Order: sequence, then structure tokens, then C-alpha cells
Amino acid sequence: MAVSDAHTRDMRPWALLSPALTAITLLLAIPTCFVIVYSFWLRTAAGDEQVGFYLDNWIEVLSDPFYRDILLYTLKIGLITTVCCALMGYPAAYFIAFSKMRNKAFLLLLLMLPFWISYIIRTMSWINILGVSGAVNYVLQSLGIVAEPIQMLYNEATVILGLIHFLLPFMVLNIYVSLEGIDPNLNAAARSLGSTPFQAFREVTLPLSLPGLAAGSLLCFVLGSGTYITPIVLGGPGDGMFANLIYDAIITQLNWPLGSALSIVLLIVLGSVVLLYNRYLSLGQISKGFG
Amino acid sequence: MADPQHDPQHAVELRNVVKRFGAFTAVHAMDLNVERGSFVTFVGPSGCGKTTTLRMIAGLEDATDGDIRIKGQRVNDVPIHKRNLGIVFQNYALFPHKTIYENVAFGLKYRAVDRETARKKVREALQLVQLPHLEERVPKQLSGGQQQRIALARAIVIEPDVLLLDEPLSALDANLREEMRVELKRIQRELGISTIFVTHDQSEALAMSDKVVVMSEGWIEQEGTPEQVYNQPASEFVANFLGISNIFSGQVQAVSGGIARLGLDDGPELLGHPRDGRAARQGERVRLAVRAEKVFLSESAPSDDPAAVVLDGKVTAVDYQGQAARYFVEAGPLTLQAINPIDRRPFHEGQPVKLRIRAQDVVLLDADAHQSAAAKAAAE
Ligand SMILES: Nc1ncnc2c1ncn2[C@@H]1O[C@H](COP(=O)(O)OP(=O)(O)OP(=O)(O)O)[C@@H](O)[C@H]1O
Ligand SMILES: [Mg+2]
Repeated sequence: MAVSDAHTRDMRPWALLSPALTAITLLLAIPTCFVIVYSFWLRTAAGDEQVGFYLDNWIEVLSDPFYRDILLYTLKIGLITTVCCALMGYPAAYFIAFSKMRNKAFLLLLLMLPFWISYIIRTMSWINILGVSGAVNYVLQSLGIVAEPIQMLYNEATVILGLIHFLLPFMVLNIYVSLEGIDPNLNAAARSLGSTPFQAFREVTLPLSLPGLAAGSLLCFVLGSGTYITPIVLGGPGDGMFANLIYDAIITQLNWPLGSALSIVLLIVLGSVVLLYNRYLSLGQISKGFG
Repeated sequence: MADPQHDPQHAVELRNVVKRFGAFTAVHAMDLNVERGSFVTFVGPSGCGKTTTLRMIAGLEDATDGDIRIKGQRVNDVPIHKRNLGIVFQNYALFPHKTIYENVAFGLKYRAVDRETARKKVREALQLVQLPHLEERVPKQLSGGQQQRIALARAIVIEPDVLLLDEPLSALDANLREEMRVELKRIQRELGISTIFVTHDQSEALAMSDKVVVMSEGWIEQEGTPEQVYNQPASEFVANFLGISNIFSGQVQAVSGGIARLGLDDGPELLGHPRDGRAARQGERVRLAVRAEKVFLSESAPSDDPAAVVLDGKVTAVDYQGQAARYFVEAGPLTLQAINPIDRRPFHEGQPVKLRIRAQDVVLLDADAHQSAAAKAAAE
């Protein structure tokens, strides 16, 4: 009896996890295996796929500095975006967490509002703002500040702008959750012991909110470095990121084997960032960000 | 700048202090002195304003009205970090990301203390709370009782003018609580530090304090030594809040030789001593309190005592408590509770008994502070 009881108890977490595990296996693990297999196939000049074990794609991807440079460029854009999100997101999260307003829930709702609109449409909205016939140019022209509309779009800066627009709520939510979890008595204790408000922030609030900041940064970095939509919509010809290479290989050139090899590279690079993070910070924080 | 009008002998003075949250008044016109070096306890039921008052003294909450003075100096506009107070929170509020040493040394960073002196002071504080070996641990690795001691060490190491404690023992289990109570009192006496302690536990309040402040609905019902508030409750609220009391209504029939003859409504007469500063006038309607442990039961008529009244009664229920028992006794139209030590056997249900009530144990009550104030406000 006791043994079988213990047995059922041990199985219970697995039973609860099984729908999710099934979905992940079917939709993620198995397709990933296919992608790995694909990456060893070869696309002939005729456009057919040659089944087999060829290292050609891998040799090309790993030896051509073109890919390496774009990968580094991608990580740079991801990093800049993350830093901007952190700098802009922290004050916002702080304000929401410690606002004496009764409708904190409303502020959080405002923060979620953009999620109701497709990411692509949100990104495209910048064309109406910064485009040649967009709102900013209209105002500048009406005021006579410029005679001809200025092209502000399709460069690195607008890609970063679009990414910040996309990722900021993730950052704010994560920081907000960790600020919310800090016992207000800690700040009171620091103040009573002689800290000014700023010293108490530096000594207590900031260090205790770092896990949320770290989790938000990880999300922003991984999501930002893995996107191809923002560079397509808001970037110029030279602003393609690594995911755009994959998009080109698969959709434009129909070179599935090469695209697969590139996908695996991106997966490994971003995956190692996540693993490194996990080593030093608990990833449990991230899940809290969605609670 | 000590204001000569105010006695700097008082560690804390509250004058007409009011706290409102919107339309709700949490603390009404409060006046209080905390003598230097004394241990003052705020006690009262949940929501009576104890924490709010403490937070106003600490500077964590602004007083809506009135003056708060610490060592004679008005501090209403002094920010919390300049008040030099030690606060111990109910949940300890140790910094989870700092070691025990860093926690205790925290307040010294903001004081002109060099490294060596700081080290010495932290050691002494940890010695005082009897936890000298945990410096390198973090709070999570400590038990609740240990965390509480560290919180105390952190608060006293800065040599605060006043130590403020908000239900510091309530998160501990019963045994540890008892132990910490003795410990806290020892440390307080050793340092001679002026202390305000908040609790809703009456035995804690009575055991530890030089002065007990009984609060209800934002009013001070009574302040005094533990003996005063226990034996001479000023109002029905205090009589009921501290221990078990029998409350009666009656009329003063005669006063002679410092003893009042009191006729209870449709009942017997009692003799009572008017409490200090509470004169009884003939014909006055009064409320009286007699503590349950001051109703002495016996089988036969006890020896004659001119300053006592003896009633005949019958035990209707017995609540056996070990060394003592609580009896419900019917005496004519009255039902009383009596807590008596058990001699050999407790009285049993249905047993006829004599009840002896001494004049010195009959207390004339005032109206409850919060009720009379409310009535006054309604009349205006
Ligand atoms: N920030 C606030 N806003 C509104 N009302 C408050 C606030 N803080 C306290 N109160 C109210 O003031 C009253 C007194 O609260 P307080 O916390 O001082 O009670 P307490 O005596 O400490 O009770 P307890 O024993 O439960 O801790 C309560 O009715 C409470 O609801
Ligand atoms: Mg309280």
C-alpha cells in the first residue's frame, strides 16, 4: 500500500506535465531533430535536395566570415536593445511598483495593451510615424523646418527603436515583479538605520531587484537577437540580422539545408546565453515575470 | 534645540497627535509621555492604532496633526534617517542579500565610526544577543528566533534614542516567545534604552512594561503601571481586555470613611473603594468591575470582614485549568465568574458556595474613552 502510494505520488508531477511535454515533443523537439538532419543534406545546383551526410553547409557556415560578422552584429543589436530596455524599463517598473495610485492594475493593463495588437502591425506603425509621408515629416514640413521630407527609416537606429518598442513590456514586467516582491519593511529598516532614500535604494531595493532585471534582460536579448521581422520592416538592406539570413536561405533561396545549419547555429548561440544565465541566476525569475 | 517648555527627560512625547487615512481616523488626539529609560507597551485589539502610532514616531507615517517630540525636540518634519531610532519589525526585515555581520553593521556606515570601532560594536551587539558565531551566515540560514535577535542587535548597535518594536515576538512559537521576552527585557534594562513595544498580548504587556498604554479604536483607554491597569481598570473596556472581569451597573447609595456602598440594579449591595482620583458621589450611577480572581469562593461563611460583602451562590459550570479553575456562579440575579486556585478538589457543579468580594477589589469605572469621545462628538 505504502509503496504504491509513494509511487502514485511520484508520478503525479509527470501526469500534470504530460500535456505540455507532449506538445513540446511534437512541436519543438521532433522538428528540431528534423532541422538537424536537414542541415547535413545538400542542395544541388539543380535545386534538388540530396539526402545524405554532407558537411558542406556546416563548413560554409562556420568558415565564411560573412556569417560570423552578421552573428556578431546581431548580438550587438541585441545587446544595445537590452541595455536601452533596461535603462528605460527600470524607472517605469519602479514607478508602477511603488506608485501610491489605487489603480496599479490599470497601469499594468496599459503595459499589456500593446500585446493585443500583432507585433508586425506594431512594428509597421513606425512607418506612419517616421516614414517619408509620416507624422513627423508632416509636422516638420508644416512648420517649415524642412523643405523636403527626411528619410528617417530603414537604418540601424530604427531597427533598435522597433525592437525596444517590442521588448520594453517584457523588461518592465520582469522588473516590476521583482520590485513588488521586496518587503517594504526592508526599505523602512534601512532608512531607520540612517540611509537617505537614495542610499536605501542603492543598498536594498536595487540589489534585490537585480534578478528581475537579469531575467528581463535575458528575455529581451534572446527575443531581440532572434527576430527577423523588425529588420525586414524597419531596416535597410545592410541591417539584416542573423534570423534574416535564415529567412533568406529558406524562403527566398529555398535552400533548406543551409537554412537549417544557420538555424542550429543561432539556436546554439542563444541557448548557451540562456544556459550561462541559468548557471549564475535562477531562471525561476523569468516565469514570475508572466505571473 | 531643546524647547525649554518641553521636558527633555521624556524620550518621546506625543501631544494631541492625530492620524487620518482619508475620512477614517486611526489615531485620535493622543497624548503620551515615554520617560527616559522606560519600557512602554502599547496594547489593544487588532486595528486599534498601535502600529500607526509607532510608525508616526518612527517617521514612517506622517502625523495628520499634533506634535511628536523625541528628547524634547519636535521631529514631525525630521526625516526618518535623521531620527536615530532603532526599529524591530514583526517579520525581522533583515537584509536577505547581506551577511549577518553586514546587517548588524549597516547603521554604523552612516555614523562617524571607523572600521575597527565598528567591528568592536558589532561584536558587542552580537554578544549581547548571545549569537556571536553567525557573522558570516545570511539571514535565510538562521532560525526565526535567531533572526529576531539579529534584528535586535542591528537596531541597538547604533545606540538609538528610542527602540521601537512592533509585535517582535508574535512570529515565534510559545516557548521561544517566553525566552525572548525575558531576553529582551534583560537587554533593555542592561542598556537602559527607552523602549516602545507594541503587542496585542496582554500577558506580554503586563510582564515587561514600566508603563502599559491600553488602546481601543484609536483612543488611549488607560495608561499606567501594569498593576494600575490590571487592578484599577479605568473603563469597562480595560477591565474586559486585561483578564476576566465581572461588570455590574449600580448606584452609589452612601459614601463614608472612603468606602462607598453600592446598590447593584435589582441585586445585592457591594462595598467599593473609589479609585485614586475617581470620587464617588451619592446617588451617582456607576459601572463596577470585579476581577474574576478577586471573587473568593468557599464552602462555609468566611471570617467576618467589615470591608467585604459575602453573597450566597451556586456553581453552575466549572472550567478546570490545572492549578486553578474558572467557575460560573449564580448569586441571586447575578452571574459571576470566579477564578480560584484549587485547594484539594475543585468545587463541583450545583454546589452551594459563599462568594466573598472585598471593597478594595471593587473598581468604579469611567465610560470607555472611545465611546465617551464619540458621544461628545455626536453631541457637538
Ligand atoms: N495605510 C492605511 N490606509 C488606510 N487605513 C489604514 C492604513 N494603515 C492602517 N489603517 C487603518 O488604521 C487602523 C489602525 O491600524 P494599525 O495597523 O495601527 O492597527 P494595530 O493596532 O497595529 O492592529 P494589529 O494588532 O492588527 O497590528 C486600522 O483600522 C487600519 O485599517
Ligand atoms: Mg499592528
